[in-house]
Amino acid sequence: MRRVAVVGIGQSRFGELWEKSFRDIVIEAGVEALEDANISGEEIEAIYVGNMSGGRYLAQEHIGALIADYSGLAELGIPSVRVEAADASGGVAFREAYLAVASGLYDVAIAAGAEKVTDVGAELAIDIMSSSADREWEYFVGATLPALYALIARVHMKEFGTKEEDMALVSVKNHKNAVKNPKAQFRREISVDDVLRSPYIAEPIKVLDSAPISDGAAVVILASEEIAKKLTDTPVYVSAVTQASDYLSLQSRKDLASFKAVKMAAKKAYKLAKIEAKDVDVAEVHDSFTIAEIIAYEDLGFCEKGEGAKMIREGETEVGGRIPVNVSGGLKACGHATGATGVRQIVDLVRILRDGIVDAETGLALNLGGTGATAVVSILRR
Amino acid sequence: MLPRFWRKIKYRYRLVGSYCENCGEYYHPPRNLCPKCRRKGSIKEVPLGSEGTILSYTVVHDAPDDFKLQKPYVVGLVKLDCGAVVTAQICCKPEEVEIGKRVRAVFRKYSEEGEDGIIYYGTKFELI
Repeated sequence: MRRVAVVGIGQSRFGELWEKSFRDIVIEAGVEALEDANISGEEIEAIYVGNMSGGRYLAQEHIGALIADYSGLAELGIPSVRVEAADASGGVAFREAYLAVASGLYDVAIAAGAEKVTDVGAELAIDIMSSSADREWEYFVGATLPALYALIARVHMKEFGTKEEDMALVSVKNHKNAVKNPKAQFRREISVDDVLRSPYIAEPIKVLDSAPISDGAAVVILASEEIAKKLTDTPVYVSAVTQASDYLSLQSRKDLASFKAVKMAAKKAYKLAKIEAKDVDVAEVHDSFTIAEIIAYEDLGFCEKGEGAKMIREGETEVGGRIPVNVSGGLKACGHATGATGVRQIVDLVRILRDGIVDAETGLALNLGGTGATAVVSILRR
Repeated sequence: MLPRFWRKIKYRYRLVGSYCENCGEYYHPPRNLCPKCRRKGSIKEVPLGSEGTILSYTVVHDAPDDFKLQKPYVVGLVKLDCGAVVTAQICCKPEEVEIGKRVRAVFRKYSEEGEDGIIYYGTKFELI
């Protein structure tokens, strides 16, 4: 396997983009990435696009071909592959593009992620989102995605004394960080009280513990080291992208207070990148619900098991702390454009490392599918 | 949804699951392959018993249309005495539910497909 670098990044704004279509936002992100990489497009040899539910949100399948077409690449006839792993679709698409370049098959490939959710009502959006867990044995009994994360949160609270206030701090931090991110959906600060006073969705999870389901697209251009050096003076190298799976439903898992797939993917990623958890300077993690960020600190090895709440309480993951987490604003405040999120995390990590938004050399991204049945861990270095 | 529901009625109306004769593990929902033993395993269909303990729970306030008349409702993970875990609603008031409480399986209505559609029944639990 050869070295691979990110040479271009692009992203649409995330949020309720009523005036824009699925095609519009993909192209917006794609053109920005091409401009960033300073290439015209004919260098691209393959596209991998993460999309969770085009079939249900838009009644449109065949997303791979659609994106190649509207990106102006139909004439080139390059392969375009749609990747689906619930809200880890983007992370898995990034991994596929990375592997394709690392293996030597292609010199330049695109990893894209896109979701357009606001063409359906909120009710249907919750239903579609809940398809990322076990439809027949979880959603059937009324266990929505927030309800399943609530079951996880309750176990974490019981075992380690994590409080609703601790979870609220994650939301407060991520909102604060998003103020500086022009692409984020919610660019305003909130207080712990705001979170605690917001209504319960599924106890102990409240509205302001939950990431919104948003429209958005993100694009990353990957190139071999040789090409990357010709294109840019500031390549960001990909040290590892690993993926692991777990049982689809919670009822089959032995330990509910952690995500086995995250631990496995992280262990493999650290080994491939030849680093340890303590070497990570900055991280973008999957905070679809605030409890998931607290558990991520533990599963990624940023702290001991059960000390995630302490980490947020002591400000260790704030900008300026020991390991700033979700400097972008995370899913909570950037918005969660399901299939796009995994790629958006890479876009932000590259932006953070390359532009020196925080002082960091090594960055990590964690993207989860559903309740963690898929986990993707990426490690980037400038 | 109808054939998908109908195929699994046996396992929804009663707590029937799988038992691996090789490793002694019980599974719910039923599995064709033991995830511990895979090809070495020997899966048999067995009743899972009806009593267990609450491992975790939540009170759902923001519910899909199918459940809107029931909300707020309690969803829990129940560890049956055989060891298998079941995700199900718990028929009690939100303030009564607690981790560690004992429960017993009961046959109840879950939802219906509109006024003319089929009614979905399944297993819920009540506090003992």
